[in-house]
Amino acid sequence: MSKPRVAVYKMSSCAGCQLEILNLEPILLDLLGTVELSYFVMARRENEPGPYDIGLVEGAITCGEEIERLKKARQECHLLVALGSCACYGGLPSIKNWQPQRVVESRVYDNLAAIHSTTAYGIDYYVPVDAYLKGCPVSREELLDFIKSTLLGVRPYLRPHSVCVECKLHENVCLFVTDGAICLGPVTTAGCGALCPSRGKPCDGCRGPANDANTVSLAQTMVSYGLHHSDIARYFRKFAGMTPEFSKGAEAV
Amino acid sequence: MTEQAIQVDYIARVEGEGALKIKVKDGNISELQLRIFEPPRFFQGFLVGRRYDEVPGIVSRICGICPASHQLTAIQALEDALGIEVSQQTKDLRLLLALSQWIQSHTLHIYFLALPDFLGYESAIALARDHLPAVQRALELKRLGNDLTMLVGGREVHPVTPAVGGFTSVPSRQELQAIGERLAVARADALATIDLVASLSIPALERDCEHVALSDADGYAVNGGRLVSTKGLNIPAWQYRSHIKERHLEHSNALHSYIEGRGSFLVGPLARVNLNLEKLTPAARKIARETGVFPTGNPFYSALARSIELLHSIDACLALIDRLDPRPDNVPYTVQAGQGFAITEAPRGILYHSYRLNNQGLIEEADIVTPTAHNVASMEEDLRVFAPGVLDLPIEEATLKCEMVIRNYDPCISCSVHALRLEIERE
Repeated sequence: MSKPRVAVYKMSSCAGCQLEILNLEPILLDLLGTVELSYFVMARRENEPGPYDIGLVEGAITCGEEIERLKKARQECHLLVALGSCACYGGLPSIKNWQPQRVVESRVYDNLAAIHSTTAYGIDYYVPVDAYLKGCPVSREELLDFIKSTLLGVRPYLRPHSVCVECKLHENVCLFVTDGAICLGPVTTAGCGALCPSRGKPCDGCRGPANDANTVSLAQTMVSYGLHHSDIARYFRKFAGMTPEFSKGAEAV
Repeated sequence: MTEQAIQVDYIARVEGEGALKIKVKDGNISELQLRIFEPPRFFQGFLVGRRYDEVPGIVSRICGICPASHQLTAIQALEDALGIEVSQQTKDLRLLLALSQWIQSHTLHIYFLALPDFLGYESAIALARDHLPAVQRALELKRLGNDLTMLVGGREVHPVTPAVGGFTSVPSRQELQAIGERLAVARADALATIDLVASLSIPALERDCEHVALSDADGYAVNGGRLVSTKGLNIPAWQYRSHIKERHLEHSNALHSYIEGRGSFLVGPLARVNLNLEKLTPAARKIARETGVFPTGNPFYSALARSIELLHSIDACLALIDRLDPRPDNVPYTVQAGQGFAITEAPRGILYHSYRLNNQGLIEEADIVTPTAHNVASMEEDLRVFAPGVLDLPIEEATLKCEMVIRNYDPCISCSVHALRLEIERE
């Protein structure tokens, strides 16, 4: 059997998720013995044409040219994977979606005639997606788990529960309850190992909504902590503000 | 009349999306464009209205390769605006974090992005077939830099612990010493890297170019200092905008940074070693002197400067670890209106952040200029001098040589886009 062929595509992004592939250092050479990185412009000069078995798409879709490239990627890949929060939900670039486009553009650019940016969306707004690897950046362990599962033909274990579960497993003291720090852990998908709360920083929600997220209840708790509705909207409209769950949180009060 | 063209539609082995087009007519360059087609992400635009304490986390997402630089620069600019003076321990940990990123980023560039060109391979993946020990050495050095970033920052890409006033958590002395032992072993790998880079054949390229870097009386400047240059610039961070401007040139879609009254300039490892050679740690300084190369105007020596900085970073980290015994010691502060400025040395050169806050701590204005934005005019000027010399080569070879000029800068295009005021031209 020939090695499965993998393609890595970049849309509007910081390249951090692509870098996480290279950050697999201790097992990178083993991985390269198992799959063929056929298209990966950040790492290779000679890239091979499709079709590919797995396509990893990094970045949000923010302009027409990217929609075209994404559609082509969908056609040439058997499995198309959203790699990281930008590709899953629009990520941080989606913050601009709640301000008038021209206002945001004019803060950065002088000549707006040449700017053709659109509302920032995750890739599933335009094409069907086979798997979502969440996080900003993506979790290397989940990425590996996904590749291994795909090679073995089994369902990958992508965590559905909230960050709170992992935080409890780490026996952390709850920052929300004890410090009054606003934390999105109760409504955010686990898989990071409660990385931020374990280091004294409340969860930012970078992995997007958990599958049973009660964001309305969390928003009401934030009100009881003295937050203004504009603060609450700011918390929810960050990495995954375009999702129905976080939208509900932003508009709950 | 003969016409030729060198065209690279999507420059490989750099971070981000850029293209190069050179048109030649009768042996002279008629058109030269380094086009940046990465779509804009509007960080400076959507930062407006966010709270100051969200900024470090948000700006780290400008770049996956140098997230700690963006975080640390933003934090220092915000502290400048709020009038905060942090502890020496915080300054030490920040330096450690910044240097950890130099280690992994420099290794990434030397071995994965640049070396394949010099040795005639399309990628480090291909390189590994014939030079496995070198690639393994690279992977170990890069992992070590990443592990140090993770220890101090909590994560390699987009660290989480750096905050206004200090850190949300600090590593223990035991953890630092454990990684210190690995750093001490890795010195040999850094020395081997310098040997390898010093053995490469460096293309000739001479151009009168102003070199700009931070300079600090206390040592090799990273997270602060005055901005100095080889042609007499010497200013504090808050005066940056009085001296460094951007302009739109007809042949380019990108506005180019220039120094008022002069022109384009170069930032990054070569400018740093040229300007601060005497501030390097002793072993790195000795080797830099022995090469007899520095100061040099040939930008291709950036690779050698980068490898010398790799050794410097390891030695500087060892010195910091030796004296650190971290305890929580964040400084208290009150939120108030103000404006702040900071410049740091990211792996690719100087990075400028400035913010204006209102009295609720909400961002009113953000200004960010990245190393690649500073260098893009210099890249084009290098190509204007370099390209005529390769025009007689077969087109594939000439194209590769021109790509090398760009890759030599280790450009970080995602990073530069929202910082540059540029126009996007569609294909």
